Amino acid sequence: MEDLEQAKTTAEEIESIEEEITGEEEKIYVAPYWKLMWWRFRKNKMALISVGILALFYLVGIFCEFVAPYDAGQYFVKYKLAPPSKIRIRDAEGQFHWPFVYKIERSKDPETFRNIYTEVTEIRYPVQFLVHGTEYELWGLFKMNLHLFGLPVPHEEQGVFLVGADRLGRDVFSRLCYGARISLSIGLVGVFLSLTLGIVLGGISGYRGGRIDMLIQRVIEFIRSIPSIPLWMALSAALPSDWPIIRLYFGITVILSLIGWTWMARVVRGRFLALREEDFVMAARLAGSSEARIILRHMVPSFLSYIIASLTLAIPNMILAETGLSFIGLGLRAPAISWGVLLQEAQNVRSLALAPWVFAPAFFVVTAVLAFNFVGDGLRDAADPYAR
Amino acid sequence: MLGYILRRVLFMIPTLFIISIISFVIIQLPPGDFLTTYAAQLSEMGDNIDQQALEALEVRYGLGQPIYVQYYKWMSGIILRGDWGQSMEWHKPVKALIWERIGLTMVLSSVALLVSWFVAIPIGVYSATHQYSIPDYVMSVISFVGAGTPGFMIALVVMWLAMTRLGLNVGGLFSQEYMLAPWSWDKVVDMLKHIWIPVVIIAINGTAGSIRTTRANLLDELNKPYVETARAKGLKEGKLVWKYPVRVALNPFFSTVGWSLASLISGQMLVAYVLSLQTTGPMMLRALMSQDMYLAGSFLLLLSALTVIGTLISDILLAWVDPRISLRG
Repeated sequence: MEDLEQAKTTAEEIESIEEEITGEEEKIYVAPYWKLMWWRFRKNKMALISVGILALFYLVGIFCEFVAPYDAGQYFVKYKLAPPSKIRIRDAEGQFHWPFVYKIERSKDPETFRNIYTEVTEIRYPVQFLVHGTEYELWGLFKMNLHLFGLPVPHEEQGVFLVGADRLGRDVFSRLCYGARISLSIGLVGVFLSLTLGIVLGGISGYRGGRIDMLIQRVIEFIRSIPSIPLWMALSAALPSDWPIIRLYFGITVILSLIGWTWMARVVRGRFLALREEDFVMAARLAGSSEARIILRHMVPSFLSYIIASLTLAIPNMILAETGLSFIGLGLRAPAISWGVLLQEAQNVRSLALAPWVFAPAFFVVTAVLAFNFVGDGLRDAADPYAR
Repeated sequence: MLGYILRRVLFMIPTLFIISIISFVIIQLPPGDFLTTYAAQLSEMGDNIDQQALEALEVRYGLGQPIYVQYYKWMSGIILRGDWGQSMEWHKPVKALIWERIGLTMVLSSVALLVSWFVAIPIGVYSATHQYSIPDYVMSVISFVGAGTPGFMIALVVMWLAMTRLGLNVGGLFSQEYMLAPWSWDKVVDMLKHIWIPVVIIAINGTAGSIRTTRANLLDELNKPYVETARAKGLKEGKLVWKYPVRVALNPFFSTVGWSLASLISGQMLVAYVLSLQTTGPMMLRALMSQDMYLAGSFLLLLSALTVIGTLISDILLAWVDPRISLRG
């Protein structure tokens, strides 16, 4: 009798455990693909942090006029090569305050004639959020003068330079914000162009196979075997120097995409080759679907995640290429502001030794590139949620 | 084998042909005609324009004639007479200017390639065999950063550090006294003293990428049954790893050697510009800036052609060394 009782409880226990398991598993079985991908992606902490960093960078780029305390072209004659402002919370007497900067006085070194900037500890300027400052037009549309942060005094009296000022006395931080807009978007636009080319040509190549595949593969191999930077240099040197910024921007993007599409095409072709033989494609074909429908409705969705992952990995290459070209003076040119253009200030070691902060754009370029790489790696792993 | 080489060489001809067309188009891209610019420059400098010399040039390069004639004249000049055209800026034939720089570029790039393999393969193997160990993590972080940082930025940082900390100027390939001296043994020794800095800088990107590739490929291989079998048979771990899975893991590496070479040559252009090396980078940039198009076009043509030939040679060597490579390919 007792035995029977015990057996019954065990059976019940097992049942309840089983139920739990199926509950868990069911969640996985019924979860849509994107959810599975997200579950896997969020396990990768580096990738998550990187998404945060990139989101921040892009927000700064989108709202650069608002985030930057000054206009990117604004000169502060008094502050040529001024070092980064020290933001303090403790004054010379040891009192604590709301974050502030001291007034900066300029004097000349009698021997080298360099500017020397010293803090005047009598006068404090609090650094405030949402201050009214220089007028600007957000996206060229809305006239505003609200800035994310700044000093409550007119900029003629005292400025705050988070990352110092450049050779002409322009605020490097503000220029970094404006540069983010161009540098980060050029990657997206360029990748979009390469994606279009890559999907069309890679798709044809992988789906059709045969002679046309052979031809496209040879073209890709050919392009990959030419050293890209000399070619980019030559092509962008051919862009007329009197082009307006916006046209130059697109010219450069097109030039970069001319080589970038080969990567996309290889990925797309690989996926097409793998999927072409799948049963569901055969089923669709037997059911009489048109070719366009098979490709767009059945095949593309099933490798979209791979495409997104490789897109993410392609963006940093674009950013680096633009930075390199602009750095040597063949990409975007002043008055356009990109991180590469800003780095031109750092071309000379002597100016770098004098004012190391003009090298700050490099830090942002590398951070953005690394973040994109981490996100791309995370996406690539997550793109196949059924693996293991 | 001979048939394979022959076929590869034949395949190369259309590639070289397309490269030459692209380079020629680039020479033609800037507005205006080479001779008018040349004449304008000469008169600007106060030189007497020798009308006869100009006309001779016009005939030689087929200027003013249809574009395909110009292309033919340029190409046949290169192939038959080794005449690459005239540099406007330097007032010298292009061939007098490029060869030394091209040679240095190739030396620099190939040494960097070898260095990057030499460093990357052992590290990658170690990382894969000691996965999730502390050195593995350290190397992963370093290789991520190294792959994401462009060479010219590293070059700037190195120069800056050398200048501020050590008071040294690490730019250039030669000391002052050997800069313009003709080649001699002393000059080579002097170059070896300087070349390691650019080599290391150029190699960093490639090394970082190669470490990651080696590690990923080897990790895939290490889980395969044949490794287990060998281990079960009592093969020593070191010998086992190096003899079988490493070889397989390194395969994709060698099959894409051409692309690594191309990207190294690309990378060194900017590094050379920052470090002001006497390689192609700075001179080609200057030529492009001043629209000295025969010089710039020749650089593009030669760099691309040499990359393609370098790829071919390494492919042949590999096919010779590794019997598994299909000679039909």
